Amino acid sequence: MSRLTLSTSTGFSRRTFVVLSLAAGVALGALGSAQAAPKTSLSLGMSVEPSGLDPTAAAPVAIGQVTWQNIFEGLTTIDKDGKVQPQLAESWVISPDGLNYTFKLRQGVTFHNGEVFDSAVAKFSIDRARASDSVNPQKRYFASVDSVETPDAATLVVKLKSLTGNFLYWLGWPSSVMVAPKSAADNKTNPIGTGPFKFVSWAKGSQVELAKNPDYWDKAGTAKLEKVTFRFIADAQAQAAALKSGDLDAFPEFAAPELMASFEGDSKLTTVIGNTELKVVAGMNNAKKPFDDKRVRQALMMAVDRQALIDGAWSGFGTAIGSHYTPNDRGFVDLTKTYPYDPEKARKLLAEAGFASGLSFTIKAPQMAYAQRSSQMLQAMFADVGVTLNIETTEFPAKWVADVFKGGNYDMTIVAHAEPMDIDIYARDPYYFNYKNPAFNEVLKKVDATADASEQAKLYGEAQKILAEDVPALYLFVMPKLGVWNKNLKGLWENEPIPSNVLAQVEWSQ
Amino acid sequence: MRQILRRPTLLAGLIITALLVFIALLSLVWTPFAPTKMQIVHKLKPPLAHGLLGTDQFGRDMASMLMVGAWNSLSTSFLAVAIGATLGTLVGVTVAAIRGLTETVVMRACDIIFSIPPILSAMLFGAFIGAGRFTAIIAIAVFMVPVFARVTLSAARQIWTRDYVMAAVSMGRNRAKITYVHVLPNITNQILVQVTIQLGLAILTEAGLSFLGLGMPPPTPTWGRMLSDSQTFMGQAPWLALLPGSAIALAVLGLNMLGDGLRDLLDPRDNV
Repeated sequence: MSRLTLSTSTGFSRRTFVVLSLAAGVALGALGSAQAAPKTSLSLGMSVEPSGLDPTAAAPVAIGQVTWQNIFEGLTTIDKDGKVQPQLAESWVISPDGLNYTFKLRQGVTFHNGEVFDSAVAKFSIDRARASDSVNPQKRYFASVDSVETPDAATLVVKLKSLTGNFLYWLGWPSSVMVAPKSAADNKTNPIGTGPFKFVSWAKGSQVELAKNPDYWDKAGTAKLEKVTFRFIADAQAQAAALKSGDLDAFPEFAAPELMASFEGDSKLTTVIGNTELKVVAGMNNAKKPFDDKRVRQALMMAVDRQALIDGAWSGFGTAIGSHYTPNDRGFVDLTKTYPYDPEKARKLLAEAGFASGLSFTIKAPQMAYAQRSSQMLQAMFADVGVTLNIETTEFPAKWVADVFKGGNYDMTIVAHAEPMDIDIYARDPYYFNYKNPAFNEVLKKVDATADASEQAKLYGEAQKILAEDVPALYLFVMPKLGVWNKNLKGLWENEPIPSNVLAQVEWSQ
Repeated sequence: MRQILRRPTLLAGLIITALLVFIALLSLVWTPFAPTKMQIVHKLKPPLAHGLLGTDQFGRDMASMLMVGAWNSLSTSFLAVAIGATLGTLVGVTVAAIRGLTETVVMRACDIIFSIPPILSAMLFGAFIGAGRFTAIIAIAVFMVPVFARVTLSAARQIWTRDYVMAAVSMGRNRAKITYVHVLPNITNQILVQVTIQLGLAILTEAGLSFLGLGMPPPTPTWGRMLSDSQTFMGQAPWLALLPGSAIALAVLGLNMLGDGLRDLLDPRDNV
């Protein structure tokens, strides 16, 4: 009996196998012919899933990386060289005193839900961002706005209280995008903008899907892809596997530098090392002993061999910095020589500050690989100058924001600051470094007071020097943008002047 | 001695365990390099190219780290099992002496602790008191207690039915005294075997906790964290994963073989 059953089942499975292999053959053939025409869809990977999809409502850069320039657009925009360009504002005139900005708005622009973009919408967006109950992450940039007027549907006049040299630049940020009055409240889950892509769906924990907006206002700028899928994969091994298997077409910000070498020799993929604004900085609590003593901070800076740290923590990918500024920011000055690696001097300076017998404190390090590895490197380097560093791992962003960023309950921490040109954080009060230097604030005030680019660059140079001298935080390195994508994919940004994935001009060459 | 030589499992287990204990103890006084010394110029060197077992991504000597890791892993596990075995045995023999409702209540309580995976309870401890050696020891000890309570209870119950114990009871001897004089000495073998087997499990759990970042904080090398750190370097430097992985496997294998061998050796039924 059992033998009979067995033979029947074998026969059955053999037949199934034949059918299956036939089906597979047909499917493969279909796939082959589909690949002959250039693909029109893109599957792009990101390490971090955004917490919502409204860049005007929360700070995580992942929000802008999905939505900015794809779904949402601003009055101005920032191009791939970091320069301000007109977008929904065609042009503008600045009054001689520098306080009145008159924007000429683009006509014929509609939101994805059909609402028309005009001066009333622009006024709504700016007023919403600067309202007292606004949760805009860059709200302070709107603090200088005195009033917004709409003489006619195509004209917007913004009056400022004080000179704000970077106003047009800030208007280009993800947090300054234009939102439609009717849909603004729901943008977190159903974003509606004026951009070249429309939001389709968001499967939480997995992916966000966008589709081409056929009615885009700029015919020349219409999206070349029909469909874009952002997929969120936190694990670096899984990211690499998805790229190699062709599951993902691109990973603009690959998470593990040590795996970059594994893409070499892959016939499908290309690796592109670009620059970013990601400054890895070990901030210290300047209000707390012993960090209130400048000499301690300077000594710790001299205890750090930046190049060794880059090699050990980030496989040598990265550029050493001496201040809170990256080489692609205007007016950059290389200040890594202000307090270069010198353990002998560091030990002497510590002794001078009264810590000849050593010093012990804790670094609150987020779970990200760069932070953990850099902390371990700092631990070893500090040990050489008699400083004991305890590493306490903390969860980023929620716990870190509560404990360190808002609570100020820490000795030292380490995090990559992603915002471009954010040297002004050292002038903010309160800010988690608790750094207070009126001379520094004075320099930044002067930056705002001038619109002259070369004058601004000079002032930014001064600001960088003050920080390099005072060392409110240990300036370590700028992380590069480790891009990995399909060789046939054209138009992705190599560099990252602002955290983003601008996809309208991305296309397949074959 | 001849007994031991005739049992290859026991012998192998004994040798492996002794070797590990020796290496762990040796690490306290000597390692080839300082295990926390970073030499970036020598990073990711394969075994024999720099040091005996190569270097990790920071240029630290793998052999030294593994040696210190052995000490950390073994000492944590031994301590945890010692605490768990002591408390568990105490609970087991006490309940065996009292029986009745107490037995039901205590055994159901053990069941509840049993149902919570050790990793989960360790994460809970970690959240409250912070990660560290103490957390790991407590977390492992907590789930060892019911194991030992159960083993001692069933062993002790058998002893309580023996004639000489019943005689002692009928003569009006104190139950605590009977436990100490008659019960405990007769169940030592079972406890010893259980200790050896649980040690292997403890090492595995300790490695798991370190892997998840709930063990000892850096720079203290632990096998679990070495394994976790090696993940993204697997393609480039496979020894970073293979070495600590093998160390964990070897330690668990050795202790399990020792446990099995001991059980065979000490089981009175086998000697008949």
